[in-house]
Amino acid sequence: MSQMPATPVLSVRDLRTQVATPSGPRTVVDGLSFDLMPGETLCIAGESGSGKSMTALSLMRLLPEPMARVASGSAIFGGRDLMALPEEEMRKIRGDGIAMIFQEPMTSLNPVLTVGKQLTEAILAHRDVGAGEARKTAAEMLRKVRISDPERRLRQYPHELSGGMRQRVMIAMALVCGPKVLIADEPTTALDVTVQAQILGLIRDLQRDFGTSVILITHDMGVVAEMANRVMVMREGRVIENGPVAEIFHAPRQDYTRELLAAVPRLGAMTGREGPMRAGTVEPVAAGRTLTNPAPLVEVSDLTVRFDIKGGLLQRTVQRVHAVEGINFAIRPAETLALVGESGCGKSTTGRALMNLVPWQGDIRIAGRNTAGLTSQTMKPVRRDIQMIFQDPFASLDPRKTVGSLVGEPLAIHELASGREIREKVAWLFERVGLSPEQMSRHPHEFSGGQRQRICIARALSLSPKVIVADESVSALDVSVQARVLDLLQELQDELGISYLFISHDMAVVEQISHRVAVMYLGQIVEIGTRAQVFEDPRHPYTKRLISAVPIADPSRRREHFKQLEGEVPSPLWPAGSGPERVRLTDIGDGHAVALNA
Amino acid sequence: MAAYLLRRLIQAVLILLGVSIVTFLLLFLVPADPARQIAGRSATPAMVESIREQLGLNLPIYQQYWRYLSALLHGDLGRSYLQRTDVSTLVWARLPASLLLMAGGIVCELVLGLTMGLVAALRRNSRLDQGLMIASFVGVSAPQFVVGILLLYVFAVKLNWFPIGGYGSFSQLVLPSLTLGVLGAGWYSRMMRSAMLDVLRQDYIRTARAKGLARLRVIFRHAVPNAILPIVAMIGIDVGIFMSGIVVVESVYGWPGIGQLTWQAIQRVDIPIIMGVTLISACAIVLGNLLADLIAPMIDPRIKLR
Repeated sequence: MSQMPATPVLSVRDLRTQVATPSGPRTVVDGLSFDLMPGETLCIAGESGSGKSMTALSLMRLLPEPMARVASGSAIFGGRDLMALPEEEMRKIRGDGIAMIFQEPMTSLNPVLTVGKQLTEAILAHRDVGAGEARKTAAEMLRKVRISDPERRLRQYPHELSGGMRQRVMIAMALVCGPKVLIADEPTTALDVTVQAQILGLIRDLQRDFGTSVILITHDMGVVAEMANRVMVMREGRVIENGPVAEIFHAPRQDYTRELLAAVPRLGAMTGREGPMRAGTVEPVAAGRTLTNPAPLVEVSDLTVRFDIKGGLLQRTVQRVHAVEGINFAIRPAETLALVGESGCGKSTTGRALMNLVPWQGDIRIAGRNTAGLTSQTMKPVRRDIQMIFQDPFASLDPRKTVGSLVGEPLAIHELASGREIREKVAWLFERVGLSPEQMSRHPHEFSGGQRQRICIARALSLSPKVIVADESVSALDVSVQARVLDLLQELQDELGISYLFISHDMAVVEQISHRVAVMYLGQIVEIGTRAQVFEDPRHPYTKRLISAVPIADPSRRREHFKQLEGEVPSPLWPAGSGPERVRLTDIGDGHAVALNA
Repeated sequence: MAAYLLRRLIQAVLILLGVSIVTFLLLFLVPADPARQIAGRSATPAMVESIREQLGLNLPIYQQYWRYLSALLHGDLGRSYLQRTDVSTLVWARLPASLLLMAGGIVCELVLGLTMGLVAALRRNSRLDQGLMIASFVGVSAPQFVVGILLLYVFAVKLNWFPIGGYGSFSQLVLPSLTLGVLGAGWYSRMMRSAMLDVLRQDYIRTARAKGLARLRVIFRHAVPNAILPIVAMIGIDVGIFMSGIVVVESVYGWPGIGQLTWQAIQRVDIPIIMGVTLISACAIVLGNLLADLIAPMIDPRIKLR
């Protein structure tokens, strides 16, 4: 970003967007103004509900009308006010002048049309060319977004491509007409961290080659630091702070920006510390609690989970998904073991096997009890010792029940209390997780995401379990809420001595919360050790790769390129009778075990 | 694909075998003695007994079933008690008319239902939407004989647009097909409306709009193919519903199909015809479903047959 011409490509003034609610219109974007310069990357950062996505949809005039509409303001693009254009004129600008990519690559492509059809129709909508030429342009564009074998990809359907590939297709589709402005709404949020690094690198390279201006909308301050020239921090529809990226990160003027930055877990922030760190603080956890207790609470040995795929005339097993392939680990009392890895590595399946929710082979001992072959009835006493918190606090609470009865339900099922006793216990649990007992009679939809996750934690705590399996339990939450929930989890551990199996893809969160870390890849653990061993001295190439892919929330530590991360994760699907090679873990000292043969 | 087809065909044969057992048992459930019916009122007990002997009615039940089944495998559906003709001859003669009527019914219900549902979804919550949904509600709840007589009265008697009955020309096909299709049109318009509303909310529709595609292209290229996926699976089941529908519709319009044949057979307790038609219907339903399942992957590439 050396010298920039003075005329902005897009000039937004006093944009106001309203959403209709039963109690009248609510302003979700309030008096937004900014200029976007040629070739510049403007990041709009903010938490959910800040109006950042609404801003993007308003500029594209893609708001879900009539529920939402632009109430006032202007957006000058190419000398014309987008907000005042007739729909047909606006249609010509979409995709040609301003293009957009979305958060969910899995659902943003039409499942019944081939990639080729979807790409070429974007060209044919704006250019007067023949079908053959459009197809050639499409293939050329796929090559530019680094998709191998473009001719074959054009004939494929979206479901045949991985998430990262689909997002590349989306980018190709957006850039194929050479737009002046690209609006990217959380383009990497749904992707794995190594894929995220690839996509961000790609956007940066294409931006340089095409001279496109980018509006990047994200909640991830790491992504902001990595990508932005300028940053706009939004909250409740208003711009809180607006400035060059270095200024925002190193000298934020507003309290809200400071809080937002403080809440971001930073990878590497823990270097040199022994135990976990409380979220949002700089204080290390009191070193008084020692982890020398030798008897493990959970012992898993040779755990294997395979899902059969049947086919043929007799419906015999023809293929198997080797989701988890002979893993071993132990969790000691009051210890947090983090299971990290990318989607499809088997970490969630491992959690479910511990809860006996999927069929598995091997050996699992929970608080001294072997759970192999237990039915749901005989598993019941074990479930008092092990409970689970799920990823989506919106989907894991029955919307028809009051939250009080949801939290009290496990007590009733296990016949541990009844009537008044349940209510008293639930009231206590509500207070324990930072909710008010008066809220017990409300329904889940009356709570925010963070509060719902607290309710889920209260429900898991109701049986006083010794272990809690937390499967991506903070991934769906905003950073500030995430920090508070993590803090609650650690507080409960200090007080009640609960152990956690913390399943997560987020390396920074894992570094902050865990005592020990196990890295999973294709169903197997490739590295396991204490937090310090794994993060400060990663030995396995995959661990190194995961750590280096995490965007760092510091614009002065921007990584220039990430080229070594091309390629796709291989499939865990094997023909019946064969399977992956088992890795052998070698102890390289102090319990730090690494797979050396793979 | 070949393995899938083979497995489905084996399943179909097993289903039809089951149906043949049930229809065969019909013979024993009805309180009428076939021999006496064939012999007629004036027959002597000796004649009745000789007919019983001839039909094998004195054999143990499993042997009777075996005789029935082996006859079936030779294409012999038995003989009508009253018409003194082979059931297969009767059914074959009337099947084309019924198939034509069903095809007309499917076309009517799809064209009407999908159009109504599409328009209602695109004009959601408007007067037009409400009007169409009331119409579909009427279509779903009105008994077919009422619809048939009403259409006859309005379009044939009063307006004289179509003939009152008969079989052979296109204009004679219109009213019976419409009558048969009204019920399905009612269901499909509701399904199509909710499917369209659901699809129009999907991310890929937003993507299509963000590309700058024209509205009609977004609707017909991106939304409609996704919205009709669940409906295609239903068409197979429709064949079964139509089987009962044609009994009523063919009677109202005097359409010479197997529906009318069945109706007459029921009135006269002509068991072999009822058995034959039931078996043919079962075949049609099984085939219809198989066909729907085979068409599904052509529309939705995510479906793989194994």
